[in-house]
Amino acid sequence: MTARADRPNRTNQLSTHGLDLRYGDRLVIGGLDLVLPGGAVTAIVGPNACGKSTLLRGLSRLLSPAAGTVALDGADIHRMPARSLARRMGLLPQQPVTPEAITVEALVRLGRYPHQRLLSPWSATDQAAVDEALERTGTTELRDQHVDQLSGGQRQRAWIALALAQDTELLLLDEPTTFLDLRHQLDVLDLVSDLHTESGRTVVMVLHDLGQAARYADHLVVLQEGRPAAAGPPSEVLDAALVKAVFDVDCQVIPDPETGTPLVVPRGRARRHATAVAG
Amino acid sequence: MLKTQRTAVAGQLPSPVRRIPLFLLGAVALTACAAASLALGSRPVPLGTVLDALFHHAHSRDAVVVTGLRVPRTLIGLAVGAALGVAGAVAQGVTRNPLASPTTLGINAGAGFAVVTAIYALHLTHPSQYLWFAFAGAAAAALFAQTLARRAGDLDPVRLALGGTVLTAVLVSWTSAVMLASNRTLDEARFWLAGSLSGRTLDVLYPVLPLIAVGLVIALAITPALNALALGDETAQALGVPVARIRVAGGLSVVLLAGSAVAVAGPVAFIGLAAPHLVRLVFGNDHRLLVPGCLIAGPLLLLGADVLGRVMIAPSELEVGIVTAFLGAPLLAVLARKVAR
Repeated sequence: MTARADRPNRTNQLSTHGLDLRYGDRLVIGGLDLVLPGGAVTAIVGPNACGKSTLLRGLSRLLSPAAGTVALDGADIHRMPARSLARRMGLLPQQPVTPEAITVEALVRLGRYPHQRLLSPWSATDQAAVDEALERTGTTELRDQHVDQLSGGQRQRAWIALALAQDTELLLLDEPTTFLDLRHQLDVLDLVSDLHTESGRTVVMVLHDLGQAARYADHLVVLQEGRPAAAGPPSEVLDAALVKAVFDVDCQVIPDPETGTPLVVPRGRARRHATAVAG
Repeated sequence: MLKTQRTAVAGQLPSPVRRIPLFLLGAVALTACAAASLALGSRPVPLGTVLDALFHHAHSRDAVVVTGLRVPRTLIGLAVGAALGVAGAVAQGVTRNPLASPTTLGINAGAGFAVVTAIYALHLTHPSQYLWFAFAGAAAAALFAQTLARRAGDLDPVRLALGGTVLTAVLVSWTSAVMLASNRTLDEARFWLAGSLSGRTLDVLYPVLPLIAVGLVIALAITPALNALALGDETAQALGVPVARIRVAGGLSVVLLAGSAVAVAGPVAFIGLAAPHLVRLVFGNDHRLLVPGCLIAGPLLLLGADVLGRVMIAPSELEVGIVTAFLGAPLLAVLARKVAR
């Protein structure tokens, strides 16, 4: 991207320091110190209600920390102007609101919001960013269709196109594969992978599927009750003991026959049942 | 990766430019409506006489009717209609609720209660005296509704709609109580409470014009942010929209616009609801077109309803607030069905 060449010093490293995130009285993330490497794909995984999405909300400033800081390349994101941050960090929420009767292109155009000023006209750069976002997500043919009439997979790609049009070096995705069938899940993850390898984007995503996380992420963060149970390259951190400790599931972890990355194979149901009864 | 040298595809003009013919069409319709408002009424005046009265200082009785009564009435209709239309568009945008309008924020009820109380306590007798009581009541009610809806420094759209509705119910019952307690108040207030453009001079309009202007400027300034806000608070925030501040600015704009409108004309329902929906049919949901569109659609609907009220039971006339409520109720039913679907 054009913006990237100008600023070689940025690594897009997100880090948290003593981060407390709360909903009202409930402490979801407590005293978290975490470094998410720049220039890599990070997957955040963990059991339900472990604070994955809450952490992503904290990282993207949707949730203000009760204590501690979130820093992007060392600068506190809560002290940055909203627009400046939005030019560096994009976010796809888990369940975005689709306005009635909006076309795909109109939706994607809104991604240019942080780059526009009140009286500045729509520029060639804006249009080029929109065209490219449509092309990368394979939604160019859908540009004049209404978003609320698309299939789940098409709609998700349109939303990713919006985040791409924002043209940020860092992209946060909250469960981007939820509600999609297997093929569309893989399409989305392949797209994320391309964004990283072809244009050097830093990606942080919350995922449910451990195998997919191991396949597509360079860096894995396993959360348990708001604390990191493990963090590092998937092949180093993901093993049977960890899955047992975090998810309470007996399993084998074998090399994925396709990619060699760790693959979690839960034990047969009969044996799991037997151990549960015995325990 | 970005090919910056690539220019916008020919024929793909930025959408606001493509819509200029439609804006012109709306302006023509509005002009026709304003002309009808000058010519029609219990004493119909030919258009030629209207033009004479406007531009040649004619002094016939027809001319005096036009310059003395119908010009102020039409100008007030234009200003009030524009204020109500834009207030509705902004209210729907900040709450993401297609059924929101100044009425749902408690604005009309607040103005009504304040005016009725002032008539009762201070023995007021003329609409020009009600002006600031109405504005203050409207502003207080809207701010109270927004305080009820405040949560963690931001406005919760659902709580805003609920709070406004509850507040309206309470204020309307108090208003009734005051009127039932005093026949004199009932007599003075009932015509004002119907909402009307008649019997007002431009002196009533001038003091609120600056307020309307400020409200319009705020509304126009936040249109791009309202577009982003339509994607949900989270996406809007991720796009760099200061969501809480935009809601406060939008709320202020609605208070200034709708408060001024009710202060001048009394409570006129449904214009704030109908104008944005009419414009959406033509322009879609882009607030950069919606807000300017409501500047035309609001007065078009209000003046249209006012003219209708004058000719329907001529030589007598029906207050515009009654006409808009009569026409607006079925519209609300249709919208509610569409939203529920």
